Amino acid sequence: MNPFLLIPAHVLAVWRRNFLVWKQLAGASMLGNFGDPFLYLLGLGYGLGSYIGDMGGIPYMAYLASGILCSSAMNTATFESLYSAFTRMNQQGTWESMLATPVRITEIIAGEQMWAATKSLISGTAIFLVAGLLGGIQQWETALLALPVIFLIGLAFAGPALAICAISPSYDFFLYYFTLAVTPMFLFCGVFYPIDTLPAFVQMLAQILPLTHAVALIRPLLTEMPLTMPWLHIGVLALYAVAGFTLAARLAARRLLR
Amino acid sequence: MNKAVVSAKGVRKTFGDREVVCGIDFDIQPGICFGILGPNGAGKTTLMRMLLGLSPVTAGDYSIFGRGVSDASIHSRVGVVPQQDNLDPDFSVRLNLKVYAGYFGISAKDAEPRIEELLEFAALTSRGNDQVSALSGGMRRRLMIARALINNPDLIVLDEPTTGLDPQARHLIWQRLRSLKSRGKTLILTTHYMEEAAELCDELMVLDRGSILTRGTPRTLIAEHVEPEVVAIRGLHNELDAIELCEGLDIRRDHVGDTWFCYGIDARPLVARCSERAELTFIHRPASLEDVFLKLTGRDMREEA
Repeated sequence: MNPFLLIPAHVLAVWRRNFLVWKQLAGASMLGNFGDPFLYLLGLGYGLGSYIGDMGGIPYMAYLASGILCSSAMNTATFESLYSAFTRMNQQGTWESMLATPVRITEIIAGEQMWAATKSLISGTAIFLVAGLLGGIQQWETALLALPVIFLIGLAFAGPALAICAISPSYDFFLYYFTLAVTPMFLFCGVFYPIDTLPAFVQMLAQILPLTHAVALIRPLLTEMPLTMPWLHIGVLALYAVAGFTLAARLAARRLLR
Repeated sequence: MNKAVVSAKGVRKTFGDREVVCGIDFDIQPGICFGILGPNGAGKTTLMRMLLGLSPVTAGDYSIFGRGVSDASIHSRVGVVPQQDNLDPDFSVRLNLKVYAGYFGISAKDAEPRIEELLEFAALTSRGNDQVSALSGGMRRRLMIARALINNPDLIVLDEPTTGLDPQARHLIWQRLRSLKSRGKTLILTTHYMEEAAELCDELMVLDRGSILTRGTPRTLIAEHVEPEVVAIRGLHNELDAIELCEGLDIRRDHVGDTWFCYGIDARPLVARCSERAELTFIHRPASLEDVFLKLTGRDMREEA
């Protein structure tokens, strides 16, 4: 039997387990989802925005809101796939308890990845609403299309993060990933300013990172900026999602099935 | 046709150069409780992990119900009680069972009556809505057994089911396991407690260093490997003293720490001699599995133990 053939019911059962845990603490979790980006948008969007005025031809609040939406989808999926998944894999034995059932390791990884993307969608929806209230959304006709894209962004970041989780000896290890991957993306992939202001080689580097493509999709959907090459951006995000899944499934199998 | 629930032929496991399971063969027939004994490092855990598909088999044929152990779909007929507590700490007792049922594709509607039945079986009905963290060690273990039964399995695999429990909790679990056997389930368990093995198992397999030392019923193992009576004596000065004490009697001696174990068909003359020496403390008892185990796997303390 092909190990990469997934049984949807198994993937869904893994997803559902995480959803039920989240549901019990949804209030506190949602507060965090709203709180952080709300402060960013207020602080930078209004504060910095009143100095900057327009950026890329649109008001800075709208520019920033779409960027924060992407970076928060990245952060949410990454956190879930590193810290929370590690707790389930290493501390609580949750994955091992699933492996005693017909659920296989590939299905666990797929379920985790889907769940992390779902959390991105939950927090993304929260920011979407906040951004709407603060005037960060210019185009309501296409804005709703951002929601499925946020789910895809979640998948694209959850995959690689699960691979890191699968090789991590402890929680401390995740700091490297944040310093070397997440923070640089946050700062250099067009969340706060257009990447064409960067030196050419940094721009090239930014082009291979998923957050750049996330921003390139989301910003035109929310604002009046034109959408260019959507399939390229979707393709890059999908590639990260699939490659991350494949790698994570292999590494998790190597770690748990010894 | 081979009706064995579990069948192992030449099962081998190596980690690098280290051979942990050295090509072993055994069958487990349906409806029995099969015990796997052995000191730490004997290969019990690896053998169990391979059985559950948690560890790839290096070589040999290892199957459950005639299907290779790497096929996860056989888990729909297997229940697992792991040694490590891996209940979901975020869920109540009931929700633990409900979520676990989901992994087997059992719908919430079908799971509900089953869950109530299992809570009753595990004597946890009144704790159904409690968080798992509020349960005692014995209750958690019972919940793990209940969880392993959610899919109504034909084979139940238990890894040291009563380690760390007090005697009351242990007896309650033994009683539950016996009732499972009486319903025709096949049980496989590993244990360090010879009393547990004697109490529950129809058939035993003693492992050491990755190989089978012996197998049989508890009764035949005792009859085959040790004399029926044992006198355990403390207070002897040295080996010479022990030789003197047993002089002229048909006694086999074994010595661990400060205790001499003397085995014989009739130990009464030795007991009489011991009674005459006030400085000796001794116990006269029938031979048990513990004696078999220690004889086969060695009385010496092991570094890896």
